[in-house]
Amino acid sequence: MAPMISVSALSKEFTLHTQGGARIPVFDRLDLEVMAGECVCLHGPSGTGKSTLLRSLYANYKPSSGHVRVLHGKDIVELGSAEPWQIIEVRRRTVGYVSQFLRVIPRVPALEVVAEPARLAGVPEAEAQNRARTLLKRLNIPERLWSLAPTTFSGGEQQRVNVARGFALDYPILLLDEPTASLDAANRQVVVELIKEAKARGAAIVGIFHDMEVREAVADRLFEVTAYRRDAA
Amino acid sequence: MSALVLSESLGTTVRQPLMRATGVSKSYGDTIGCLDVSFTLHPGEVIGVVGESGSGKSTLLNVLSAQLPPDAGTVEYDLRHRGMSDIFRLSEPDRRRLMRTDWGIVHQNPRDGLRMDVSAGGNVGERLMAIGARHYGEIRAEGLDWLAKVELDASRVDDKPKTFSGGMQQRLQIARNLVTRPRLIFMDEPTGGLDVSVQARLLDLLRGLVRELGIAAIVVTHDLAVVRLLADRLMVMRHGRVVEEGLTDQVLDDPHHPYTQLLVSSVLQV
Amino acid sequence: MNAVAKKASWDEAYNFAYLDEQTKRMIRRALLKAVAIPGYQVPFGGREMPLAYGWGTGGMQVTASVIGPSDTLKVIDQGADDTTNAVSIRRFFKRVAGVATTEATEEASVIQTRHRIPEKPLKEGQVLVYQVPQPEPLRKLEPRETETRKMHGYAEYGLMHVRLYEDISRFGHIATTYSYPVMVNGRYVMSPSPIPKFDNPKMENNKAIQLFGAGREKRIYAIPPYTRVKSLDFDDHPFEVQRWPQACALCGARNSYLDEVVLDDKGGRMFVCSDTHFCADRQEKGHRGPMAADPAARAFARSSETSEQKEDDGR
Repeated sequence: MAPMISVSALSKEFTLHTQGGARIPVFDRLDLEVMAGECVCLHGPSGTGKSTLLRSLYANYKPSSGHVRVLHGKDIVELGSAEPWQIIEVRRRTVGYVSQFLRVIPRVPALEVVAEPARLAGVPEAEAQNRARTLLKRLNIPERLWSLAPTTFSGGEQQRVNVARGFALDYPILLLDEPTASLDAANRQVVVELIKEAKARGAAIVGIFHDMEVREAVADRLFEVTAYRRDAA
Repeated sequence: MSALVLSESLGTTVRQPLMRATGVSKSYGDTIGCLDVSFTLHPGEVIGVVGESGSGKSTLLNVLSAQLPPDAGTVEYDLRHRGMSDIFRLSEPDRRRLMRTDWGIVHQNPRDGLRMDVSAGGNVGERLMAIGARHYGEIRAEGLDWLAKVELDASRVDDKPKTFSGGMQQRLQIARNLVTRPRLIFMDEPTGGLDVSVQARLLDLLRGLVRELGIAAIVVTHDLAVVRLLADRLMVMRHGRVVEEGLTDQVLDDPHHPYTQLLVSSVLQV
Repeated sequence: MNAVAKKASWDEAYNFAYLDEQTKRMIRRALLKAVAIPGYQVPFGGREMPLAYGWGTGGMQVTASVIGPSDTLKVIDQGADDTTNAVSIRRFFKRVAGVATTEATEEASVIQTRHRIPEKPLKEGQVLVYQVPQPEPLRKLEPRETETRKMHGYAEYGLMHVRLYEDISRFGHIATTYSYPVMVNGRYVMSPSPIPKFDNPKMENNKAIQLFGAGREKRIYAIPPYTRVKSLDFDDHPFEVQRWPQACALCGARNSYLDEVVLDDKGGRMFVCSDTHFCADRQEKGHRGPMAADPAARAFARSSETSEQKEDDGR
């Protein structure tokens, strides 16, 4: 069975031209494979590049060298060299991403925010809406808020809307950046269940979980993201 | 472990481009407008073109939308029934027909894109009448339908745009362009000159319409928030050249070119 | 009649018909082109006439270029032969061309008109010359000449319907009652000059040649005899001409274009034919309207027509 995600010799370094061309190496020659049904937790002290790696898996960041390949349908797509529209396709159908913070779009109601990914992937409107309702209910977002734009929601509410959006479609690959950071115990538990369900249906999951309980509940293994080593070789 | 089957191009779908620009250059005497710009636009794709004033983005838009012939390079468009054709080799009537049916142009200043002395309904209906609609009742119904789509009150259908606010004029302009269901719209600073609150509403509306109707768009703006919300892809222009391009979030979150970094870092959180 | 033989029956201080021969040739060339491309506006080098723009200088130049010594001229203004404008132009051509003049439509070989087509059907061989203030039917909606030229060139006439759409949206029906745009020979949209739309159907398949001259705008256009002329409309708002519930107060005609004439300050009014010759002719033949016997009404009708001079084409 082919891995869902395959990272090989991936390096990332930022060059800050606005600050005298300062170079900030993040990580160097990472290798990682994630299989279907597996949940890998990115691990390491802060500043080692866990979020940077996660964003690289979503093609949000471009690799400085090395490759990120994902299984998209029957094809293997190399994100570093793929055309923008191919990456959009990959994001539409294959790779879901729950960021740390919800990027709120003014005026779009919560229910729409959650239903949108499914709708854009071609799920019929009614079904997409149903799914969104179920998720919002499970994540304890009061029904009176569904028709409101999440602009005014609390941090925890926004985060739950964000999680719901990430699970609105059964993505084969899920990237989760601290999905439980600002949630109470009850909602944390809901997210844990959602992750377990995703694993059970065969999703490959890569996440950053600072909460030890969550980590132990969902992670199959840890992947140590080691800070850049300046080895001469 | 089984060997990786590498396929760099996604084999499942071969996509026909909608527009292809190749080496487009346009200068005004010694002043460079745009220089050697090439890109391919696919159906339903939204490209943002950002840069400061004078970067050549408006010149590029004028060339792409057939309003200004380039000095060098070609602009091809996937004409219905004819396939990819150089738009500057079309006869003028063919080009004008293309511009008022399969294309839309949303101008920065609504005065350039609306007939200020014609009612809102007449403004929306003009393109329909231009392609032969001769049933008043149907034209009006379609006009009302589009006013609703751009969130203009139906009671304003007979009012002239000069009695509208800037935001309303801009929405009317959008309705006027979309009524013939174009496959490509050009937008020049669509939120320029509008209040911030009005901008958000307009952007939101545009985002909804473009996605719902699957329209491709080329949006020129200096406002990174606009492209963040609307564009799939981004081209960053400076001194007439495209200095960086790619997925919108990629370019904005991980900019590589010094100028893009400067542009992104100069903006308050987008 | 033998006008040429009768030596110099016009004022010899002027060249025949006022304009010099070069100018007349130039205008005739423009006219030939206009007749060849029905409805198409041909630019011409308009000359100064001893009359202000808006009083018919375009029509006069066309008339001067087509008229010969043996022609008989009729001049009407809003249908009347006896208004200041009509009288002056008639007198002008009598003096500079020595032509015979008439008020009878059927006797005239050349009819110069402002704002009307005579009620009596025209015959082959007659020439109807229109005075045109604004030849461009698209002008009100599209101020750029470069653009309107392209619109004509490529037959992009959607905008013309926008104008009619605006009418219906504002008034519930097409409220344009004069200068009502027409499609000539299935190709060019043309302004019929400010004739009432009542007259539009008369342009269709007319036996006479119809020539249009715009002096200020320096454009000439034409409709050759037996040409299709269709008034623009919508499927659900078809073209209709004006109708009056009453007959002409003087001659009793029920199929002519009527002017409303106020008789006193107590609400007294009457409707009479705008075509004065048509009306007089009918009365001569014994037709009578409800107020035909009232001499005060008759006198009043005449005088008010004469004093009510040009307004809209003088701008």
